[in-house]
Formats: sequence, structure tokens, C-alpha cells
Amino acid sequence: MKKSVLYGVIAVLAILVVALGAMLVSRGGGGGGEAATPVPQEAGVGQDAAAIIAERGLTPENVVAALKTFMPSGQHDPFIMFSSGGHSGQVHVIGVPSMRLLRTIGVFTPEPWQGYGYGDVEQEAMFKEADPFGENVRWGDTHHPALSETNAVYDGQWLFVNDKAQARVAVIDLRDFETKQLVKNPTAMNDHGGTFVTPNTEWVIEGGQYAAPPGAEYAPIDTYEEEWRGMVTFWKFDREKGRIIPEESFALELPPYWQDLCDAGKLVSEGWVFCNSFNTEMAVGGAGVEEDAVPFESGASQADMDYLHVIDLNKAIQVAQENELRLNGFNYVPLQKLIDERVLYFIPEPKSPHGVDIAPKGDFIVISGKLDPHVTIYSFEKIQQAIANEDWEVDPYGVPVLNFDSVVEAQVELGLGPLHTQFDNQGYAYTSLFLDSAVARWTLGGDYPRADEGWQLVEKESIHYNVGHIAAAEGDTAEPAGQFLVSLNKWSVDRFANVGPLLPQNFQLIDISGQGESMQLLYDMPIGWGEPHYAQIIRADRLNPIQVYPEIGWNPRTWSKDPNATEIGQERVERRGNTVEIWMTAVRSHFTPERIEIKKGDRVIWHITNVEQAVDATHGFALPGYNINLSIEPGETVTVEFEAVKDGVFSYYCTEFCSALHLEMTGYLLVQP
Amino acid sequence: MTTEVQTKTPGQEGQTAVAHREAAEMGHIARVSRQPSFRVSTLLFVLAAALLVTSTFFPYWKMRLNAPQYPQGLYIVVYVDRMEGDIREIDGLNHYIGMKPLEEAAQLERTLAPIAIAVMALFIVGVAFIHSKWFAVLAIPVMLFPVIFLLDMFVWLYYYGHSLDPRAPLSSSIQPFTPPVLGTGTVGQFSTTATLQVGWYMALAAAILTAIGLHYRRAARLAAERQAQGTDNG
Repeated sequence: MKKSVLYGVIAVLAILVVALGAMLVSRGGGGGGEAATPVPQEAGVGQDAAAIIAERGLTPENVVAALKTFMPSGQHDPFIMFSSGGHSGQVHVIGVPSMRLLRTIGVFTPEPWQGYGYGDVEQEAMFKEADPFGENVRWGDTHHPALSETNAVYDGQWLFVNDKAQARVAVIDLRDFETKQLVKNPTAMNDHGGTFVTPNTEWVIEGGQYAAPPGAEYAPIDTYEEEWRGMVTFWKFDREKGRIIPEESFALELPPYWQDLCDAGKLVSEGWVFCNSFNTEMAVGGAGVEEDAVPFESGASQADMDYLHVIDLNKAIQVAQENELRLNGFNYVPLQKLIDERVLYFIPEPKSPHGVDIAPKGDFIVISGKLDPHVTIYSFEKIQQAIANEDWEVDPYGVPVLNFDSVVEAQVELGLGPLHTQFDNQGYAYTSLFLDSAVARWTLGGDYPRADEGWQLVEKESIHYNVGHIAAAEGDTAEPAGQFLVSLNKWSVDRFANVGPLLPQNFQLIDISGQGESMQLLYDMPIGWGEPHYAQIIRADRLNPIQVYPEIGWNPRTWSKDPNATEIGQERVERRGNTVEIWMTAVRSHFTPERIEIKKGDRVIWHITNVEQAVDATHGFALPGYNINLSIEPGETVTVEFEAVKDGVFSYYCTEFCSALHLEMTGYLLVQP
Repeated sequence: MTTEVQTKTPGQEGQTAVAHREAAEMGHIARVSRQPSFRVSTLLFVLAAALLVTSTFFPYWKMRLNAPQYPQGLYIVVYVDRMEGDIREIDGLNHYIGMKPLEEAAQLERTLAPIAIAVMALFIVGVAFIHSKWFAVLAIPVMLFPVIFLLDMFVWLYYYGHSLDPRAPLSSSIQPFTPPVLGTGTVGQFSTTATLQVGWYMALAAAILTAIGLHYRRAARLAAERQAQGTDNG
């Protein structure tokens, strides 16, 4: 009996062990993961590879570059670049280092693939809001994308970009990579120094460009100095709502210098904003109009110094809150107020500069004098000292101009046409040299890792050709990631097969992971859609976009379930007088309802819900004859409205090849005469 | 312990009487040694009941569907009372071959399962504590349950594979079929792999424990009966 009890206990234990084992096996089997088999380390490459290298005449550098950028199928890039699309009016998302285009984001320009700007009532309302003159503006000139930041580090939540042509700012949601808001600056016709964010994204900065009478109203050119003005605008961003709040935003009236780029101070310089300017000569052009007049290109390039604008943001906010002046309904703080309340200071800066870039610790401000071979580095501490000491003269408008020598930390001669500076994690700074067609690497002094080498040029890497901005990985944040830098070149000339006289631009990827003279050009990416200006590169793991909308019937703009969300079985058509309202579903491979009969002159409100929850199961909706083209991503509800002005039979159909029976995913809109 | 061995040995009446006398002398040993024989079976039945009830929280069966365009695969995970996984997506695909929506399958079984399992668990607890001979038949449902589950799965899979809507887009290119209850199969570009899951193994363990429990219960019951006879005779 004793023995059999023992057997019994063993049997029970054995069964439990089997059950546990089965559980583990079933769990383990569910993952479906395949362990990667590492290629054995061998000296040199295999025979096949060697033959290819010989046949193509590749150098060892070519092979290294190929290996550094090749991304095997299914593997993802460690960095993601958000590039402005220039006058394509879009933003482009590119993987780094593979330089593969991942997607286009329609911003100021309709984008057919995303069904952006072709009937979606929410988008139409968004375009309309930023179109005060009712011109149905459907393009933009995107310049400077700015990723939202938390503690001066990218947080991967929001992206802002400006439209230089129309002085507008867009808010892009990085949960679904869609544009959620467009705002038009009521004080200006155009901008340039946007967008830049404060270290916690409370404010989105938009600097002006070409001076004009406030609000761009008419004033004769001979009133230029008295009546014409520049500006910088601070848009209040509400992170919870994911929207800019125009009512809480404000603009500062500035002298009619042409404000250019800006940057927000961070860490020690948090609460201060720096914008540079050119044409402090206040040239008014007139070439070909007035005798002896010189063109702007000469008139605006006469002086050796222009003015770096230094703005005490906290004081500016305070002054703006008390300010009662409104320009076209927008809080507009007069210049005199800025002088009286000590909001604004100038610092001489050589010469017609382009970039103003704050070093990672926030302690230095780097200015690239476009027409001066140096970068000029200012010390934030010295600026504060000079302000405290009132170590200044005044400009013609009464703005304090700090003593140049009191605030300069260093100047480094780099080469011709320095434009923009970025930083890495090794104590190097990088500056684009437009005229030299090169990227310069130089060492930072102060507290940076290579301070013992002093402020010094290290190396120049040739690029092809005419570099504008450069973007290093997280290279304008408090924690630069190093490793890669992309040179955004304006001209490609001979780099690619000729595709006619309009040539692509050239993004060149440069490896900056080494030290000293080790920069290596890795890859050329042709940009055949516009003239990108700036780009930012974020670590991919900081982004966390959704794959499908969280609920069926989602409204991406309100980020909640749409009141017209339609589930399968709830589809219907209702008529109220002349209004016909349709609630439709889309699923592989049919629309429900598949036939809609209305009368000419009806007002049609048409809601379509993609009830899919599978990744990538997007349906398109094209209604030819009524210029309607939608992309309805899994879970999304889209609404279109139109007047049925044409009678006839119109086939609507799915424009995304969604399934094997995609062609059958169609229906008829019959409009009776 | 010698007393028990001897009481179990029939046909040696003289010795039995001696044994009972010895037992009377060592009365406390006899009392202690009679009880543990039911303790083992009781423990096994209670454990089985606990396992069975716990199993309802775990999946019983899972089918993974693999196709090139679903690198992560699609899953149907079946519990006794519900289904989880990519049901919506699988239904969406199944409509092409005219298969009924999965949610319509085994609705009665899924509704009744929690009650049935509670009743089966109560039955074996009853079997554990009420030691009459015929009461043991109440343990039969628990022992059959894992097999019944699989049979029911088979019936539903057969029914679903053989009641395809003839008006479906791919009805003409797909023959009636039964997706395998266990192991691998193929439908269109999908390969399916069906496996038993931890819940089912727990139910199986409950069945085996119940069977072992019945063995001990019988032994203890016989021992008790003999002892009772012996006491009456003495």
C-alpha cells in the first residue's frame, strides 16, 4: 500500500509536468520566430562576392559603403529622417542608412495616394481655415520640419513644418503620420525661420522672411524704413489637443530686416530664442525699375555685419499677455514695447548669415556667415553678461546691439559659403559649405569631449553638389546620436542618369561614426519631387505609430470614434428632402451598398467606414466625375459631401489593390436627370 | 499495517480473527491507517476538479493559419466558452470560400460549457466525499470530457468545411473539406496547424487523475467494507 501511494504521487507529478511541458511547447510554438543564423566570420569576402567586386570595379571603400547601407529584406533602419519636400508642399519619411523612401505625407499639397485634399470634408475644412484669401491655395513651400521635443530631445509625437510661400505652419500627428492642422499667419505674407520648437514644445517658432507692411497691406516702397516690418511668431502648441491655439499665440514686430532662421535655446539657454537676419542694409531693390538701383543680391550684401536677434521668450510671453494690439485679429506686440521691456537684443553677426544653431548643451550659438568663411560662436554666458552690463549701442530703431567682442567665444575658418551646423556625440560640429560643396567637421571647445583640441577645423568631405542644410542623427538636440549625417544637396549635375533638364536633388549619406579625418560618403539618394530644405533624423525606436486605427469607425482628426462610424449591417441610405446621406462600409472585396440612386441636384453626404482591422488592408474610394478620391485606412471613417450637379452613371471603385477580387470592389452611383 | 495486509487476504479465517484482535489492541493504528486510503482518492478528485475548473481560463485548442501576406500568421484560439484571435480577419477571408462566420459555431456548447464544467467538478467532488459504489459513475463525464471536446471540434470543423455557400466568390474552385482537428492542413494559400493547448491538457490531467482516484477509492471502499464486515463478525 505504501508503494502504490508513492506510485500515485509520481503519476500525478508526471501528469502535471507533461501539462506544463505542453503549455510551454504550445507557447513557444506560437511565436513563429526564426533564429537568425549568423554568417561565419571569414577573412575577406567569398568567391562570388569577389567576382562581383572585380566585375563592377568596386573599390574597398565602395564595398564598405555598400555593406553599411544595405538593409536585408525585412530589416528596419535604426533612424528615420523627416525631410521637407520643398515646393512639393509635402514631408518625406526616409529610412537611414538605407535611404529608402518610406512614405510621403501630404501637408500643404493634395496628395492622391493618401486621398489627401480630394473631398474629405475634414481636410477641406483644414485647407479652408489656412486660406484666408479664399484662393483655394493647394501648394506650399515646406522648409524646416521640427520634431516635437521633451527636455530638448525628440519625443517622436508631433512634427511641424512651415510653408514659406504663404506663411503657414502645419501640425503632423506621428501616431498616424497625417496632417492634422494648418494655420496661416495673419501678420505676414511669407516666412522662413520656421519651424523650431522650444525644448518642451510649448511654442512653435516661425520667423519671417521678406519684410512687408504689417499684414502685407499696401504701403509705398519709400515708406520702407518707417512702415515696413519684419516679424517672428510664437505659436502656442497644446500637446493634449495636438493643436496650435492661434488665440494664445503672438507675433513680435521687428525692424524690416529680413529675418531668417531661428533656434530655441535649450538647457542653460532655455527661455531664449535666437534668430538671425540679413538685409539689415534695408535695401529695397528696384533693379530694372530705377536708374542706378542695384539688385537685392548686392544691396543686401553690403554690410559686414547683420543682426543676430536675441529674444527673452519669458519676457516676450509676459509682454504679449498684457498686449492689447491685434493685427488681423492676431496678438501683435509693437517693437517699442520689446525695446522698453527689454525683450529684444541684437548682436552683430557676419555676414548675411543663414544658420543659427545651438550647441547640444545650450551654451554656444553657432552662426554661419554665408558670405564669410567662418563660423562665429557666441557664448550664452557672455551674452547674459553683456546684457547685465548694458554693454551695447542701439540700432536705428532703438534696439540694443550688444558689443560683438564681448560676446564672441571663437571663430573658426572653415571655407566658402558656410550655411548650417549640426552636432554629434563625439564633440564634433559639422557645417555645410555651399560654395566649397563640402561638409566641414570641426571641434567644439568649452565643455565638449574634444575641447582639448580647441575650436578647430578637422576635415572637409566633398559632396555633390551645392549643399544647403545638413542633418545629423538627432544632431540639433541635447543628445545627438552621431553615426550618420545627410547632406541635402541642391544640385546633382552628373550623379544620376539624365532624366531631362529638371534634375533631382541629391541626398548624400555620410558616415560620421569615426574620429578625425574619417568621414566617408556612403550613398546618393535622388530626390525627384521638390527642393527639400531641412530634415531631421530621429532614432526609430522613439516613434510608435499605430498600425490600424484603434477602433472601427475612427476619425483621425478628432482621434475618437466618428459619430458616423458604420459597422457591417448598419449600412443605409437616407433621404431628407434634397439631401441624401449614405453610410457605407468597405471590406475586402466589396462596398455596401453597391448601388446608389439619387437625383440630379441632390446634396450628397457620404460616410465610408473601412471595417478592416488587418494591417495594410487599406481601401481607396474613387468617384470619377465628382473629383473624389479617398484613402480609407483600416478602421477609418471618411466623409465627403458634394452637390450632384451632373446626371449619369458613375462607377465608384476601390483604388488600392486590396485583394484578389479588388477589381470587383466597385459600385454604381446613378444620378437621375 | 500488518492488520490491513491480512484483512485483504481472503480464505485465512483463523488468522483474520487474530488480526482483528491485534487490531483492537492497537486501535489507534487501525483508525489512522484506515483513513489515509480515502485521503489519496479525495486528494486526487479535488485536484482533478480544481484542474478542470482552472482549465476554463486557458485555451484548449489553437489553429495557426500561415500565408505569405501574413508574416505573423493568423490565430484562432478556442477556450471552452469563447474564441479569441484574428476572428474578424479569418471570417473576412472565409467569406471568399463561403464559410460561415466562426462566431456562429458551437454557440450552445460555449454557452453550456461553464455550467457543464462546474457540474462535472461538483460530481467528482461528490465522488470524492460520498463513497457509495454507484456514485462513482458521476466521474465518467470528466474522464470522457477531453475526447468529447475533440469530437465536438471535429464535428464543427466538418460542418463548416461542408456547408460552404455556393454563391461565394471562390465556391467553384474549392471542394468541401475538413480542416484537421490536429496537425497540418491546406486551404488555398493558407497552411493550417492545429494544436492542443494547455487548457485541454489540464482537462486530460483531470481525467487521468479522476481515473487514478477511482482506483484508490475502490481499494479504500473495499477495505472499509471488509473492515466493517470484520467488525460485525467480531
